[in-house]
Amino acid sequence: MQYTLVAWMRDKPGVLNRVSGMLRRRNFNIDSLQVSHSETPGISRMTFVVDGDERVADQVVKQLRKVVDVTAVEDITNRLAILRELALIRVRTTPETRSEIMQFAEIYRAQIVDVNSENLVVQAVGTEDKVDSLIELLRPFGIDEMVRTGRVALCRGDERPRRKKQPTSIFKAAASLNGSLHGDDE
Amino acid sequence: MAIAKREPADSGYDLGPQEFSGSQMIWESFLREGVHVVFGHPGGAILPAYDALAEYEADGRIHHVLVRHEQCAAHMADGFARATGQVGVCIVTSGPGATNLVTGLATAQMDSVPVVAITGQVPTNLLGTDAFQESDVVGVTQPVCKHNYLVTDIAELPLVMKEAFYIAREGRPGVVLVDICKDVQNEIGTFRYDFDINLPGFEPWPEYSKEAVQEAADLLNEAERPLILAGHGIHLSNTSEELLQLVEKAGIPVVTTLLGTGNIPETHPLSLGMGGMHGEAFANRAVQGCDVLLAMGMRFDDRITGRLDRFAADAKIIHFELDRAEVGKNIVPDVAVVGDLAETLPAYLPLIEDRRHKEWVDTLNEWRGETEEADIIQFEVEELIPPYVIRQLWHATEKTDKRVIVVTDVGQHQMWESQYYIHEQAGMLLTSGGLGTMGYALPAALGAQMSDPEALVWCVAGDGGFQMTLQELATIQQEKMPVKIAIINNGFLGMVRQWQQIFYDKRYVGTPILSPDYVKLAGAYDIPGAVVSHPSEVVPVLELAHATEGPFLVDFQVKEEVNVYPMVAPGAAVDELIRRPKPGMVQGYSGVQPSW
Ligand SMILES: Cc1ncc(C[n+]2csc(CCOP(=O)(O)OP(=O)(O)O)c2C)c(N)n1
Ligand SMILES: [Mg+2]
Repeated sequence: MQYTLVAWMRDKPGVLNRVSGMLRRRNFNIDSLQVSHSETPGISRMTFVVDGDERVADQVVKQLRKVVDVTAVEDITNRLAILRELALIRVRTTPETRSEIMQFAEIYRAQIVDVNSENLVVQAVGTEDKVDSLIELLRPFGIDEMVRTGRVALCRGDERPRRKKQPTSIFKAAASLNGSLHGDDE
Repeated sequence: MAIAKREPADSGYDLGPQEFSGSQMIWESFLREGVHVVFGHPGGAILPAYDALAEYEADGRIHHVLVRHEQCAAHMADGFARATGQVGVCIVTSGPGATNLVTGLATAQMDSVPVVAITGQVPTNLLGTDAFQESDVVGVTQPVCKHNYLVTDIAELPLVMKEAFYIAREGRPGVVLVDICKDVQNEIGTFRYDFDINLPGFEPWPEYSKEAVQEAADLLNEAERPLILAGHGIHLSNTSEELLQLVEKAGIPVVTTLLGTGNIPETHPLSLGMGGMHGEAFANRAVQGCDVLLAMGMRFDDRITGRLDRFAADAKIIHFELDRAEVGKNIVPDVAVVGDLAETLPAYLPLIEDRRHKEWVDTLNEWRGETEEADIIQFEVEELIPPYVIRQLWHATEKTDKRVIVVTDVGQHQMWESQYYIHEQAGMLLTSGGLGTMGYALPAALGAQMSDPEALVWCVAGDGGFQMTLQELATIQQEKMPVKIAIINNGFLGMVRQWQQIFYDKRYVGTPILSPDYVKLAGAYDIPGAVVSHPSEVVPVLELAHATEGPFLVDFQVKEEVNVYPMVAPGAAVDELIRRPKPGMVQGYSGVQPSW
């Protein structure tokens, strides 16, 4: 199954490399990895989608926490969260297909952000599923170029990561783990 | 402020702001960290630091040991650190100097040894240009370090140096590398050491849970066939005493990992010695037969567990461990107590009931008896065989009042040492367990000896591994250190030959190895030595070695094709082992015929 993890880290040169190097070295399967600024200057935020079972997700969290520059890690898989991805899709058009494509985009609340006589660019925002299904709809028209950001995630209201001691894993040993699986820095 | 448990004693040096060059800052921070011996090799990019060293060497504040190969600088720092529990330090130049370090750093990191490595780097304006002797040292060493730094700004240097020592030493120890650009070494800046470390995500000493300790106690108190599996963590947390109390109170037998050797005295009736691939049959059968396995300060390495899904299959597992990430990595325990053993063990002890487990211990002793009866060491053997050499080495060193440190290399001799030397204390055996680095023993022995010139340090190496780092004989002689060297010379890369014999139909490809005349070789460095090829010569030569003041080398020309038994084939369960055959008997496993 897919797990969504969020990690915060000191914005130092090479920190992305440290994290991705660790994930590769430990042979974890990462479906997507996205980095950006966080609300705190000097702290970056990474969102990971991890493919595996609960034990793998637990290991990824723990190994991430061992990276010295990582300040906190959260597994938000079981939280109510807003999960989004942005895609820019350049679709080939003919005078006959253009309006059909635009209709599809509209159904998906995607926007047309660039148009010329040969193609147009659809900007889609949504869950990966939604983006996937729009892409499948557009594929028969011919996709010339595409870029996707990978998942970003933000917990809803009360579900906001508290970054406090808060074990959430249900795996066998977790109940007796002292401290938590998550950061305790505040 | 971050918690520091292993801070060195106050050095007496001024911690307040002072003007220093980057080069001086390196040595000044060493002094404040209590470091007085460093292992290194100079070169262009670290020259400013070496130039500044003159002043610190002149008045004896710092002693620099010139190594003959940078790999050995890391091994020496490692040996020094293992022998003292303090951070070992090495310093080398950029490019080839730094890449030569990698094996040594990986060795230390795998075995949780605190080492700080300083590397020179090309000046900041040349970074990234493939300048002469530039290499991406932070990139190259990242996977084998606990943390590392590239310093391009002198303002950061004091902070980085203090953090480096803090990270290397606190929590589960490891390697930290600091790569310092040459221009930064030349600049002048403000040095201070009077600040607190602030690393928000770094949690070296997790707080343990009392409930978990109670749960672990309840589980153990109910056990009928309990067993302790004790690893390096016991030594690192200095809790051998507490472990022994637990063992005696609850009447629990103990198996150790290779790095846990000596956690309780191996003469203790409840000590079963090492388990795993070359552990005794009774130790492995104990692991497989126990109903509660109490794993302490160890990480379930494949060499101890064998086939994971058959490992201690009937047992509930309790895991005491400092590094949270080790919990559930290979084995998912039933109860985990995450925290410093120096806290968790004392909290655990009062909750444990007095027990004896007579039936269980009697069974184990019965198994032990069978093994001992068949053991080659019980027989007179005409030929010189390694177990005999090792056992005599133990007898010889047992007599001394000095602190004894045995440093082994990697291979058959390493396993024989662990089987036939009787370790009375944690930390008396230094060996490369995790990485299994041939060439480790000689430099690590010198590193250990540098920390305690009065100690009796024996380097026990194979003819293969010794030839990987033998250039350090020169360093031993230059430092006038009395390291004693035993080469278990079997004419082969013995451990690999053993695998070829068992798994590759005796095709000895690339394993017969020629040796020089080691006594002549030692002579070239002015180190005395002797050759031994008959059992009757072993005791006298050991006496001679001990009577000789400085270093001494013995070339033990042992019987060639001897195997280490018992042996668990890789991937097999630890009780599916090839037993140690009785001398002269053809016995074994899948048609394998041991040679004795
Ligand atoms: C640097 C390195 N290269 C290769 C190996 C693989 N290896 C493990 S044991 C061994 C043989 C060691 O031979 P020797 O030093 O003669 O010791 P012996 O097994 O004969 O006692 C080898 C090649 C290793 N552990 N380390
Ligand atoms: Mg050999």
